[in-house]
Amino acid sequence: MTTRLARGGRLLNRGRALEFTFNGKRMTGYQGDTLASALLGAGQRLVGRSFKYHRPRGLVASGAEEPNALVNLGEGGTFEPNQRATTQELYDGLAAESQNHWPSLEFDVGVANNYVSRFLPAGFYYKTFINPRPAWKHLFEPFIRQSAGLGRAPKERDADVYEHFHVHVDCLVIGGGIAGLAAALKAAEAGREVLLIEQTAHWGGRAPVDGAVIDGAEADAWVKNTVETLEGMENVRIRTRCMGVGVYDHGYVLAYERLTDHDPHPDLPRHRLWKIRASEVITATGALERPLSFAGNDVPGVMLASAVRDYVVNWAVSPGDRTVVVTNNDDAYRTAIALKEAGLEVPAVIDARTAPEGPLVERVRALGVRVETGRAVAKVKGRAKVEGVAMTMQAGEGAVLEVIDCDAVAMSGGWSPVVHLWSHCGGKLVWDDAQAFFRPDPEKAPTGADGQPFVRVVGAANGAMTTADVLADAGADAQAAPEAAGPIEPVWIMPQGAGPELRSKMWLDYQNDVKVSDVQLAAREGYESVEHTKRYTTLGMATDQGKLSNINGLAVLSRSLNAEIPQVGTTTFRPPYTPISFGSIAGQARGDMFQPLRRTPMHAWHMANGAHWEPVGHWRRPYCYLQPAETVEEAVQREVKNTREAVGLLDASTLGKIVVKGPDAGRFLDMLYTNMMSTLKPGRCRYGLMCNENGFLMDDGVVARIDEDTFLCHTTTGGAEHVHAHMEEWLQTEWWDWQVYTANVTEHYAQIGVVGPHAREVLDLVGGMDVSKEAMAFMDWQDGELGGLPVRVFRISFSGELSYEIAVKAGYGRALWDMLAEAGREVGMMPYGTEALHILRAEKGFIMIGDETDGTVTPQDLCLDWAISKKKDDYIGKRGQARSHLTDPERWKLVGLETVDGSVLEDGAYAVAEGRNANGQRNVQGRVTSTYRSPTLGRGIAMGLIRRGPERMGEVVEFTRTDGTTTRAKIVQPVFFDPEGEKQNV
Amino acid sequence: MKRYSAFAIAREALRGHIGWERAWRSPEPKAQYDVVIVGAGGHGLATAYYLGKNFGITNVAVLEKGWLGGGNTGRNTTIIRSNYLQDPSAAIYEKARSLYETLSQELNYNIMFSPRGVLMLAQTEHEVRGYRRTAHANSLQGVKTEFVSPDRVKELCPIISLEGPRYPVLGALWQARAGTARHDAVAWGYARACSDMGMDIIQKCEVTGIRTEGGKVSGVTTTRGDIGCGKLGIVVAGHSGVVAEMAGFRLPIESVALQALVSEPIKPCMDVVVMANTVHGYMSQSDKGEMVIGGGADGFNNYTQRGSFHHVEETVRALVETFPIISRLKMLRQWGGIVDMTGDRSPIISKTPVENCFINCGWGTGGFKAIPGSGWAMAELMAKGASPLADGFEMHRFREGRFVDESVAAGVAH
Ligand SMILES: Cc1cc2nc3c(=O)[nH]c(=O)nc-3n(C[C@H](O)[C@H](O)[C@H](O)COP(=O)(O)OP(=O)(O)OC[C@H]3O[C@@H](n4cnc5c(N)ncnc54)[C@H](O)[C@@H]3O)c2cc1C
Repeated sequence: MTTRLARGGRLLNRGRALEFTFNGKRMTGYQGDTLASALLGAGQRLVGRSFKYHRPRGLVASGAEEPNALVNLGEGGTFEPNQRATTQELYDGLAAESQNHWPSLEFDVGVANNYVSRFLPAGFYYKTFINPRPAWKHLFEPFIRQSAGLGRAPKERDADVYEHFHVHVDCLVIGGGIAGLAAALKAAEAGREVLLIEQTAHWGGRAPVDGAVIDGAEADAWVKNTVETLEGMENVRIRTRCMGVGVYDHGYVLAYERLTDHDPHPDLPRHRLWKIRASEVITATGALERPLSFAGNDVPGVMLASAVRDYVVNWAVSPGDRTVVVTNNDDAYRTAIALKEAGLEVPAVIDARTAPEGPLVERVRALGVRVETGRAVAKVKGRAKVEGVAMTMQAGEGAVLEVIDCDAVAMSGGWSPVVHLWSHCGGKLVWDDAQAFFRPDPEKAPTGADGQPFVRVVGAANGAMTTADVLADAGADAQAAPEAAGPIEPVWIMPQGAGPELRSKMWLDYQNDVKVSDVQLAAREGYESVEHTKRYTTLGMATDQGKLSNINGLAVLSRSLNAEIPQVGTTTFRPPYTPISFGSIAGQARGDMFQPLRRTPMHAWHMANGAHWEPVGHWRRPYCYLQPAETVEEAVQREVKNTREAVGLLDASTLGKIVVKGPDAGRFLDMLYTNMMSTLKPGRCRYGLMCNENGFLMDDGVVARIDEDTFLCHTTTGGAEHVHAHMEEWLQTEWWDWQVYTANVTEHYAQIGVVGPHAREVLDLVGGMDVSKEAMAFMDWQDGELGGLPVRVFRISFSGELSYEIAVKAGYGRALWDMLAEAGREVGMMPYGTEALHILRAEKGFIMIGDETDGTVTPQDLCLDWAISKKKDDYIGKRGQARSHLTDPERWKLVGLETVDGSVLEDGAYAVAEGRNANGQRNVQGRVTSTYRSPTLGRGIAMGLIRRGPERMGEVVEFTRTDGTTTRAKIVQPVFFDPEGEKQNV
Repeated sequence: MKRYSAFAIAREALRGHIGWERAWRSPEPKAQYDVVIVGAGGHGLATAYYLGKNFGITNVAVLEKGWLGGGNTGRNTTIIRSNYLQDPSAAIYEKARSLYETLSQELNYNIMFSPRGVLMLAQTEHEVRGYRRTAHANSLQGVKTEFVSPDRVKELCPIISLEGPRYPVLGALWQARAGTARHDAVAWGYARACSDMGMDIIQKCEVTGIRTEGGKVSGVTTTRGDIGCGKLGIVVAGHSGVVAEMAGFRLPIESVALQALVSEPIKPCMDVVVMANTVHGYMSQSDKGEMVIGGGADGFNNYTQRGSFHHVEETVRALVETFPIISRLKMLRQWGGIVDMTGDRSPIISKTPVENCFINCGWGTGGFKAIPGSGWAMAELMAKGASPLADGFEMHRFREGRFVDESVAAGVAH
């Protein structure tokens, strides 16, 4: 069955038929159709099921406000749930499925809810499912979850790509109806940089459908002209299929362009998110028609009058052969005219007003249509489709006067300006009593940083409801004849005196199944704030966010409370205007592009040599290098042993490197580090500790003095950025008058550690520098040449071995690495990764930021008092460290731990103490901070923080294990290996 | 109070639901109360409730400048867990969690506590060690948690991608009895119970000043007149600094916008709550089917209750990476709340420099889960002058450097 009319359809290209399927059924539409108009054209009226009662649902609207016609679209990597049929353009091969029913759309078991709906009023779930307690989780909730939820969850990774655009314009115009076009033209003619966006695929908005006449011609002609003019201007960009999403502070606007939804293409971006900075934002977003609340207003076939008009005029489909129009205002008469002009029957116009008059009413009467005034719909007849309407007196309680046969109902309860974008960033509204709607309050616009308004509203969005008013409001040069319209009469329920039986069949929110009776119940139970009502009933919380229901619901609420509508107020308008894909928000930042991966110059070598990677901040570092048939654990143990016994090679390039320079650099570093740095001699290095204001250790590293006013500060890998930021914060806010510059040069250098007994031989083999004990003492650094490359060699050690760290310009990093690797082959050199690095340092009792520290540990806790200068007046953290809790002798302090049975303590284990605290928790007396199997010692070693630890050497304490038992460990000195430092000082 | 039950619904259904009572009365303020609580969020209402229930103090008013539950209590992402690291935190959050287990029955109001389990992903070696540590601490604190393998993570949450190219999932801290509850219902349920005990909940009543006599609190001035009180509890979250100033003291608190967002509803695909702190995002699926999403807080102080888009972008990006199937879902709504952040990310439940004036604030990004425990502790503190659950959360800890630092374990603490 098709309801496609033989003629008409201003948006249709009848020359191009498109095949599509709905629930597997093959159907045909035309280019220019939306999925909604195509479904209607194919005679498919039933399009979905409601959320709560699973009632049969048909199309109500023709645009973004549609609450019912949501479909599952596509499959596999292009599957998408909850796509709105009214905003989905038809393409060849489109496959759609209706949602939220089982086993089928026509026969849905869930509809049982409908028959017991009186037992499921608003908020019923707060009052029941309480007992027995476990039943909620195991019985009731799973059932509710399964029956809620609308569309299916996608199963596959998204096959499409997305992108972001950033633009700056003088003037952004949102909405391509006649108001937006006129405003854009005006701004463009004034020489401003203009961007005009329209959410649909077409310009002109409602005017062409509504038969507007501009400058003496049909609106379409004026629209076409204006678009051409705009297209020809260099300072103008215009985009269709691009929706204004949200308005944020400082003139920041998001827009959502759907590039290929109407014509899928695997290689092109599907959506584009525009991030727009505009000096002025003009919203010309039009108005939306409101439904009327009468019993059965949700039966498929009951539609907004404007939508009926759209389907007939734009797409040449008739929602019905016999359409009754129900209204409280003049505008719906246009629908009667459009239907008659298309050759369809209009059995009656039912107007709630007692004496409507005016040109539109007269025209409809002249067309021979029966106009019933002071009348209302008592009830729509039919279940899954409209079979008739029972007419009654609007002023009465619903006594049926007559049943009028029909197969569709077009309803209009008046219009509401689309004020969302105006409101997102603080624009306020006023209630317009004469027109019965909220419109923007021109006195209370969203303001920018300068306190000046930055959003302006024009056209219907501003409450201008005739073509002439819209054009004037937009400042257009074009003219339209003034129209005389009769006043609207607010009608919030129909009929006025409807009893509970009828009110419980008047739908406000079609998707969430909220009825007039639900709002009244909420009010009765004290959920009086509009936010309470919304949340209690779920009114306006569906995927259309109450575009159709909010004002009607609000009016019902205010009547229940005996309050005026503006007193009750609206709920908050939040972005997005209509839902936007997460894919578009993520943009290009997915997969490999999710976050930039930082690679050292030696990355490829590591890859080729079995690196097992560990993410460290944005860096990837080799955790270890796997040899054939080796486990990670075995590799780590081998690397440690080899470094201790022969020599190891370490990529240390990720270490932070910050240059601090200027006449006050020394003074600055004295404040930044607990140590004295200003006394360091050029050519020498010093290990330094850095605390935050609270006195807790935040980073450590070796500082080298390059010359009189230049220092090079090494930080931890993860610490480079925040240490640099920390330096800058102090320089910019406290010591802005000190002459110091800082620069983070981390990536400028590759840094390579040659570590182990044969380290010196390796450097000698590469050749070029004297790195003998005499020429370069421990904690010296020197510039020089190795293998012909300019290098800086630091003789420092984080392993207790003889060790050199060689810095070279990043571009030479790989070359130097290769040379060292080649030379080292003779003496058994192997690369080692981060885990071996950790074990090597732990065997020596060196602390690791992030292991021994966690933001609550002071240098004193770690027994690093030697690195805290007593000679300085001040350093960052000194005052914090003087606070009573930080000087408490009961603090947990660093010790070594040796398990009694040689096993390895668990990561993060706590040392238990006797008894429990006032809250019943086991008392504790310390914890493990680092724990490893030491290949050097062949047993478990650990470091930990223990209450008064250093005073308790030799004591055995118990540590937790995951299996509930404990491990006994002896408190020992934290240096497990070579306590005299003999290996390092050779 | 007429009790709610399936039977009551059936009875009302047969007579058009005309017999339901107001859930709470809407009284005019009296001139004097024994206790006035400022702020009818979850914490304020729970404080009032336990004052009545545990200590028989019912001459109580709760003053609310807007609508009850309209602050962060009605804006949060409803995650309830107690797998905190530090002893005082674990104690109060676990108390709260255990009260949540039976709160529906106790209040005769279904707050829909759903112990569906929370996974906190470890995506770096450092996080693995941190969560292992938390698991050890929890075992001694009486909080049931365990560190689970990636395979188990996948089993619990099939839509997760373990092999994110940047941050593979290395394991997770799992608390099976953690979960979510219906946020509005928590406020409404407590309000109904308070009202039933004879307490006055007064909405649209903003406190504009605090009166003292000889260093002792004597009452408040409000937009609905002066109200006297013997004891005053300030429980106003994001506006704590503002109200404390009325009492003449300052707080170490910064107020920033925290945002959340939801997708359109889809059929169930995720049973558990997942928090991914390395990439800054977390997600759960509500009973309606919406994916409920949150991330980090805006980096600047403000009171506007709306946030900037770049944070939403960062969060969504992280979650599309973690749960690739959500890419084709759509964002339905984003919103923000003003959270009260302390330096150590732990709350303040404390006496103040003004005698008989108490404050409960600083819950920041994660206080929904604490509501029953916090109310319990605050009520005990106000009634008796001390509460073991509030020990450690005194205001003066900042002066002593005695922080209860929760940022230690995992960056975010929702
Ligand atoms: C986006 C977001 C997500 C979150 N997610 C989670 C989560 O997943 N899990 C979790 O545990 N926590 C979460 N939180 C935190 C949690 O919401 C809060 O910590 C908690 O709700 C605070 O409750 P409250 O009662 O203290 O404050 P609120 O609920 O904010 O109540 C304070 C009340 O005081 C009123 N008030 C203020 N000034 C005055 C005055 N002068 N006079 C009278 N009344 C006044 C306010 O109107 C308000 O109603 C989240 C917060 C946000 C914003």
